[in-house]
Amino acid sequence: MLRRPFFWIIAAAIAAFVVAPLIGNNVGLRESLALAAVYITLASNLNIMLGYTGYINFGSIVFFGLGGYICVWLIYAHDWPLALSLLAAGAGVSVLSFIFGIGILRLRGPFFALSTIGIVEGVQAFTENFTPWGGSSGIYISPQVFLPLGGSARALWVIYFCFVAVMGASLYLSYAIKTSKFGLGLLAIGQNEDAAAILGVPTPRYKALAYSASAFLPAIAGGLYFFKGAFIQPSDAFDLTLSTEAIVICMLGGQGTVTGVALGAYLYEELRGYLLTSSTFSNFQLTIAGVLLLLIVLFFPSGLMGWIYSRFPRTKEVLE
Amino acid sequence: MTENAAPILELDHVSKRFGGLQAVQDLSFVIHPGEILGLIGPNGAGKSTLFNLINGVFTPETGRIVFNGIDITGQAPYLVARHGLARTHQIVQPLTNMTVLENCTVGACFGRENLPLNRARDVAREAVRVTGLDDRTDMLALHLTIAGKKRLELARALAAQPKLLLLDEVLAGLNPTEVEHMIGVIRRIRESGVTILIIEHLMQAIMSLSDRIVVLNYGEKLAEGLPAEVARDPQVIEAYLGDPKLAAQLQGDTVQARMSHV
Repeated sequence: MLRRPFFWIIAAAIAAFVVAPLIGNNVGLRESLALAAVYITLASNLNIMLGYTGYINFGSIVFFGLGGYICVWLIYAHDWPLALSLLAAGAGVSVLSFIFGIGILRLRGPFFALSTIGIVEGVQAFTENFTPWGGSSGIYISPQVFLPLGGSARALWVIYFCFVAVMGASLYLSYAIKTSKFGLGLLAIGQNEDAAAILGVPTPRYKALAYSASAFLPAIAGGLYFFKGAFIQPSDAFDLTLSTEAIVICMLGGQGTVTGVALGAYLYEELRGYLLTSSTFSNFQLTIAGVLLLLIVLFFPSGLMGWIYSRFPRTKEVLE
Repeated sequence: MTENAAPILELDHVSKRFGGLQAVQDLSFVIHPGEILGLIGPNGAGKSTLFNLINGVFTPETGRIVFNGIDITGQAPYLVARHGLARTHQIVQPLTNMTVLENCTVGACFGRENLPLNRARDVAREAVRVTGLDDRTDMLALHLTIAGKKRLELARALAAQPKLLLLDEVLAGLNPTEVEHMIGVIRRIRESGVTILIIEHLMQAIMSLSDRIVVLNYGEKLAEGLPAEVARDPQVIEAYLGDPKLAAQLQGDTVQARMSHV
């Protein structure tokens, strides 16, 4: 893997994320890149289900929100250190996803997609009524939790580097899966599930594994995100908007490609930042995402990366 | 051939019903290692259903299917594939957005040997070569012609290095030259030690390829035997052509017609 150019392209992207905000201690850029890293994490992991395995998951936000809840709750109620809480969030959500996955991945196409919306609603209703997690008012944590990280100002930098690490891990995970035997099996399922099973791909196990693998890093990102805000409540944690945005990003960048999805996430975050701050468009961000999705599906079904591949065929050999 | 050896596949009173339709009825036969067994019968006789029962797409209601000493009745298709049983589809099922080589690599990776990716690629390349697709190795499966897709079905099944290969009408829709080539490929596969169960409507081809023939009609076994015996069986002729006298008459007519042309 070390000899493949793409490995170093990912490394360069991570390095850029680390270095850029450090130049001149640019806190504004850091916050914008932190959000981009979250988008890249969510979209890259969604891509394992959507782009590789061909299953539309509207519930990717559940991984993020549930990870956030587990992490914040462990810190709040049990005084766990951040690193351990994050790992517990990732592992817990992955295990839950595997168990859920075995069940709901018997459904296909639109039925699976609908069931994932059901999971979002179900988990949200559960947290709203679950008193240890503060019910509908959520959990606040005291800013004192930032002290072990060296105070709030330094903690924000530490959290930022953690976001970048999770993003880097997401990119490498996507890449490693795509070039592995497991990934080949997933791609076969995505093309024609019945044919894949007849060729010997253990479809139920592979699908559940893909679903579970795509939950781990978003759960950690969610933990970081809500730890950073020191507050979590059901309506923020399980906001379907972010799920929809992750799907738009995958389509925009080119589902099934590692580069395209990362690029799409970055561009989408930039666009979103512009729309939110612009006085004319600030309320239309989702409308524009919707129109964008429509245009992509109609005119560029293979997304940004599809266009790049057809325009510069030699990029196929380098960019996954 | 090793007629005395244990059968590679044994069907023991297998039945399958779809609602009111008895697709396969109390069917029993065996396949010996190394032979080519032809499966013929009119449309709707239950041939493809039988393939789906053998490789686990459907579960039979009664009976047992034993492959190589292992009871595979009702096992999922991916488990059956792992035991060394591969098949092709009558209606081609390519992995459309993957190349010919990738399609075959899936077969090799998840087939009998459960190979790692790099070794699977070598096996896949060999399967592509044997089926004469080597000039289209990196072509996306969706760009292949129908004849190409039929060959891909065969290449992919072959890449799994199966002990038993189920071929579902691999000759249908091919032109005479392509049929000729495909028959050659099937013969070579058998010579390499693979046992074959083949469904085919092209009578000439299946009669010359098969060591033995099983005839199905309305899901039941109508006849079983050497190709020549089966071809003479009045019941078989009736199932295919209706009245055996009519069949004989038709044969006579064509002879007369030829005579009159001369």
